[in-house]
Amino acid sequence: MMDVAFRKDDFEFAARAKDEYDSLDVSHESFWKDVAVRFMKNKGAVLGACIIAFIVALAVFAPMFSGRTYKTVVIEHASLPPRVPLVEKLGFMNGTVEGVDRYAEAEAKGVHYPFGTDTLGRDLWTRCWVGTRISLYIALLAMLIDIVIGMSFGMVSGFLGGKVDLAMQRFLEILNGIPNLVIVTLLVLVLRPGIMSITIALFIKGWIGMSQVVRAQVLKLKEQEYVLASRTLGTSTVNLLRREVLPNVLGQVIIMSMFSIPNAIFTESFLAFIGLGLQAPMASLGVLINDGFKSFLVYPHMVAIPTAVLAALMLSFNIMADGLRDAFDPKMKEM
Amino acid sequence: MWRYALKRVMIAFFTVTTILLVLFLLLELMPGTPFNDEKLTTQQKAVIMETYGLNKPVLFRFTNYVRLMAKGDFGISYTMEKNRPIADMVGPRLGVSLAIGFQAVLLGTLIGIILGVIASLKHNSWMDSLASVIAVCGVSIPSYVFALALAFLLGYKARLFPILYDPSGSVMSSIMPTISLSMFTIATVSRFLRSEMLDVLGSDYILLAKAKGVDEGRLILRHGLRNALIPVITVLGPLVVSLMTGSLVVEKIFAIPGLGSLFVTAIQVNDYNVVVAVAFIYSVMFIAVMLVVDILYGIIDPRIRLAKGGER
Repeated sequence: MMDVAFRKDDFEFAARAKDEYDSLDVSHESFWKDVAVRFMKNKGAVLGACIIAFIVALAVFAPMFSGRTYKTVVIEHASLPPRVPLVEKLGFMNGTVEGVDRYAEAEAKGVHYPFGTDTLGRDLWTRCWVGTRISLYIALLAMLIDIVIGMSFGMVSGFLGGKVDLAMQRFLEILNGIPNLVIVTLLVLVLRPGIMSITIALFIKGWIGMSQVVRAQVLKLKEQEYVLASRTLGTSTVNLLRREVLPNVLGQVIIMSMFSIPNAIFTESFLAFIGLGLQAPMASLGVLINDGFKSFLVYPHMVAIPTAVLAALMLSFNIMADGLRDAFDPKMKEM
Repeated sequence: MWRYALKRVMIAFFTVTTILLVLFLLLELMPGTPFNDEKLTTQQKAVIMETYGLNKPVLFRFTNYVRLMAKGDFGISYTMEKNRPIADMVGPRLGVSLAIGFQAVLLGTLIGIILGVIASLKHNSWMDSLASVIAVCGVSIPSYVFALALAFLLGYKARLFPILYDPSGSVMSSIMPTISLSMFTIATVSRFLRSEMLDVLGSDYILLAKAKGVDEGRLILRHGLRNALIPVITVLGPLVVSLMTGSLVVEKIFAIPGLGSLFVTAIQVNDYNVVVAVAFIYSVMFIAVMLVVDILYGIIDPRIRLAKGGER
C-alpha cells in the first residue's frame, strides 16, 4: 500500500476563498432579507415597483405644481392636443394635428398642456394625476380591507374550526355566490354613483379570496408541533394567533393583497367607464376614459393617455405581485 | 358523490334565495309607494293595496315575489319602455350577449390552449417569455382598453372591420368585440395550462410513454394535454365574471344591443325593475356556472368532495 500524503493545497474551495467561508455567518440572514434579495434580483418586478413609485410621485406632486385645477374650464382652449415644452422641438407632442397648429388656432401660443385638454378645456395633465389619486386610494383601501377583514376572518375561521368554521364558511360561500357586479350596481341604485358605493362594495366582497387563502394556511399551521407546544405552555388563543400563526401567514397575506390591488383599480375604472363611478367634474382614470371615449375617433389623446396610465398601473402591480410571490416562495415559481 | 352534489346544490339554492331576499328588501325599504297620487283617499289606497296584494304579510309577499321571479316574470319597465314586460326586453338581448360571450370563450380557449402548450413545450425559451407577457397583459389590462385600441386601429385607421355592431347578425362586426372579450380567457387559460402541462410532462407516465416510443404529437395531445386540461375547468368561474363585466363595457363601445348595455342604461335612468331583473339573471348564471364547476370538479378529483368542511 502506498503512503499518500496530502499537501495543504491539494484541495481548494470551489467558489470562495476559505476564510471567506469561515467568516460567512448565515445565522442572522433573516427571512425578510432573503425575500428582499430575491425580489431585487427580479428585474421585471423591480421595474414594476419603480413605475408604481413614479406614478405615485406624479399623482401626489403633479397636480400641486401644474398651476391649474382639475375642474377649471377654459372653453377657448377646448380639445387641444398634447404639447410638452422641450419635447415639442423634436417634432412630436407639439400641439399640431395633421400639420395644423391647434394652439395657434386657439390663440394659446405660449401655453403648454402636456396631456392636452378635454372638450371643455380642462387641463388633462392635472385631471389625469388627480384621477390617479382615486385609483391609488382604491388600491390602498383594497389592501387594507384584504389584510384587516380577510386575514382576521380566515384566521379565526381556520383556527377555531368546528361549528364556528362551518358557519363562517357557509356564510362566505353564499356571499361568494353573489356576483360583485350585482352588489355594486345595487349599491349604486341605493346610494347613487360615487366613491362611497365602490368603497362599500369592496368592504362587502373584497376580502373573500384572502380569507380563503389564510384559512387554508392556518388549517395547516395549527396542526404543527410548535403551536401545540405553545398551547401546552398555556398561551391564550389570541396570543397563539398573533405570535405563532400570524408571522407564518404574513407572506401569503402580502402576496394576496398585492394581487387584489389591480382588481380593485379595475373595478373602479370599469364602473366609472359605464357611468356608475365618480361623477363630473370629479376625475378618476375611468371617468377620463369615459369622457374621452365620447370623442375618441376625433381626439384620440383624450382616451389614450388615461388608458395608458391605467394599464401601466395595473400591469406594474401585477408584475410586482408576481415578483413578490416568487420572492416569498421560490418553490412556487413554476406555478 | 351525491352527498357532495346535494350540498353544492343546497348552497347554490341558499345563495339565490339570499339574492332574492336582498332584492325584495331593497324594494320594500325604498321610500315611497307606487301610489303617490294625492287625489287618492285613504280608502281608495286601501282598495288598491288589496288588489295588488300589498297589505298581505311580508312573508306572503316574499314567496309571491320568489314565485314570479322563478317564472321569469320580472314585472314591467317603468322608464325605458313604459309598461313593456321586462321578459320581452331581456329575451333577445340575452341571446346577443350569450352569442358573443360564447364566441369569445371559444376563441379564447383555443388560443389559450395553443399558447399554453407552446409555452410549456418550449419552456424557458423566448416563446415561453412571449406567452407569459401576453398572459400578464391579458390579465392586467382591462378588456375595454383592448376594445378601444381595436376600434381605433383596426376599425377606424385600417378600416378592416365595422366599428359598430350590426344587429342583423353579420359576422364581421362581431369579430372585434369577440377578440377584446377573449383576451382575459386567453391569458388565464394559457397561464394555467402552461403550469399544468409542465407538471404533467414531467411525470413518470409521460416518460414511460416516451420510452415505449409513442410519437411526439400523440404524446403531447393524447397523454399530456388531455390530463392537463382537466384542472383548467376551475378558471371557468373567474371567466364568467370577466365576461359579464367585460360585456358591459364592450357592448357599450361597439354599441351591441345586449344584456350588458341594457343593464347600464337601466341603471343610468333608474329603471328599478330592469336593473333587478338583469342583476338576478347575472346572479343565476354565475351561480349556475359555479355549481357546475364545483360538481364537475368533485367528479374529477375525489379529494375535493371528501375534504372536510368543503375546503377548496
